[in-house]
Amino acid sequence: MISPRRNARRIVRDIAHARAGDKGNTSNVNVWAYDAADFALLKRTLTPERINQAFPDLIRGKVDRYVLEHLHGLNFVLHDALEGGVNASLNLDSHGKSWSYLLLGLELDGAGEKS
Amino acid sequence: MSTFRIGTGAGFSSDRLDPAVDLVERGELDAVVLECLGERTVAFAHRDRMADPARGYNSLLDRRMRALLPACRKAGTVMITNMGAANPSGAAERTLVLARELGLKGLKVACIEGDDVSALVPANQPFMDEPGTLADIDTPVVGMNAYLGADAILPALGAGADVIIGGRLADPSMFLAAIAHRFGWDAMDTARMGAGTLVGHLLECGMQVTGGYFADPGIKDVANLAQCGYPIAEVQSDGSAIITKLADTGGCVSTQTVKEQLLYEVHDPARYLTPDVTADFSRVDVQAAGDNRVKVSNAGGTKRPDTLKVTVGFDGGFQGEAGVSYAGPAAQERGRLAGEIVRDRLARVLGNKSDLRVDLIGVSSLFATAGVRAADAQDVRLHVTLRSRAKEDAELMLWEVESLLCCGPAGGGGYRGSIVPCVMTKSVLIARERVKPTLRVLVA
Repeated sequence: MISPRRNARRIVRDIAHARAGDKGNTSNVNVWAYDAADFALLKRTLTPERINQAFPDLIRGKVDRYVLEHLHGLNFVLHDALEGGVNASLNLDSHGKSWSYLLLGLELDGAGEKS
Repeated sequence: MSTFRIGTGAGFSSDRLDPAVDLVERGELDAVVLECLGERTVAFAHRDRMADPARGYNSLLDRRMRALLPACRKAGTVMITNMGAANPSGAAERTLVLARELGLKGLKVACIEGDDVSALVPANQPFMDEPGTLADIDTPVVGMNAYLGADAILPALGAGADVIIGGRLADPSMFLAAIAHRFGWDAMDTARMGAGTLVGHLLECGMQVTGGYFADPGIKDVANLAQCGYPIAEVQSDGSAIITKLADTGGCVSTQTVKEQLLYEVHDPARYLTPDVTADFSRVDVQAAGDNRVKVSNAGGTKRPDTLKVTVGFDGGFQGEAGVSYAGPAAQERGRLAGEIVRDRLARVLGNKSDLRVDLIGVSSLFATAGVRAADAQDVRLHVTLRSRAKEDAELMLWEVESLLCCGPAGGGGYRGSIVPCVMTKSVLIARERVKPTLRVLVA
């Protein structure tokens, strides 16, 4: 499941898929490794600290991470991360549905720089 | 024969109709659920009803009922829906008229009310998940709806209803009620309530579990998405289920599509709150079980919450959106200059103080707040959004953006602008014993 980009830095999308949802001003993004062998790398890459540091202006609250070890999945709860929520945000994507690709765009096992 | 077959005929208010008809005609379903309500839709429905007391239910109700009622009767499929929105009674009575027009004599239409709790919630009720109380809202409240659970729907199933229409029936509860009714599950059997809630949760967004909202070309390809099929669950009495879809429909059901939906809009997977149970999805097994068939099992649950969630909708003024596009060399720079001009004009020249957002689509819009920008783009669109209690402020913004056509940077074109009324929502809690659902059965 490696995308055909050549000489590109590897990103989370190369090893995992994701979906984002919203409840009020809280976003959640679930992320799943395609291959069990990549789950350790995914867990190492996507820590709450890394995500919080990557998007400090977007995520105003804390980041919780839940691990579903047997399904090779992670669920991130991003508090105060929807610019007020679906009815208040002036973002074109007021649900934050595209936030899944924010996480999928992060570099694998990186040091915390923005994608 | 001990399998209960339930499907989805709509996963949101504007969902597709033709695949729903196909599903009911070929799916041999015991029940079909049309989930058509969100936090925004219920609030807007209240506004519709204020403008016209006969309205306030899903605007596609007529089309859906005309297409689906004959098919449901022929197949012996019970329909459960929250298309009643802010006016379940009006929706049920309209459905009765349609049933008679369609010649469906004897069709039993159940109407569930009691979700409108605006007379029951104290004026200073604290918000559920943020500081403050209802007293802090300084614009007119348009509606308050409590999420009703399976216990509000079971009496209608017991009465032998063919069509069950409610307002704010909780999404998974519509599925759980039908399953629990068939198998005679006890509402206090938290493991089974959790299992039925899992089935409901997986199905409530329709095609989001059958390949919709999933495709990512080259990595996650989905066949024939334009003809995607709605989901079916084949539920066993122990609560395990196969998630599948009709043969010869587009889309796909895989462990990947099921997993993405498993935690959709879920926070702690071990504590997913519904009116029926505190569901535990943390140990759910997801196993491939054949072509477009996935088995789910091992959901659990603990005691249901003592409170029900209430969505409070209130007037949010107006939102204006307007844009102009730039293409070719230095399109980004021209678009950015255009944005600066609009900001400056609105603030300094016209004294506007409304909430304003300026995006450059193609460079930085959805991810602008996250700090992610495209490096290079030669086709960009200035997109300006403003919200205000006064419609005049939104009109002023549209005028300013349109004026860029002659007064802004070179080569701008494609102005569009629109203004829509807004409804804001907050959530509060209410003790469940204060909410008293009612049932009325109409016969065509």
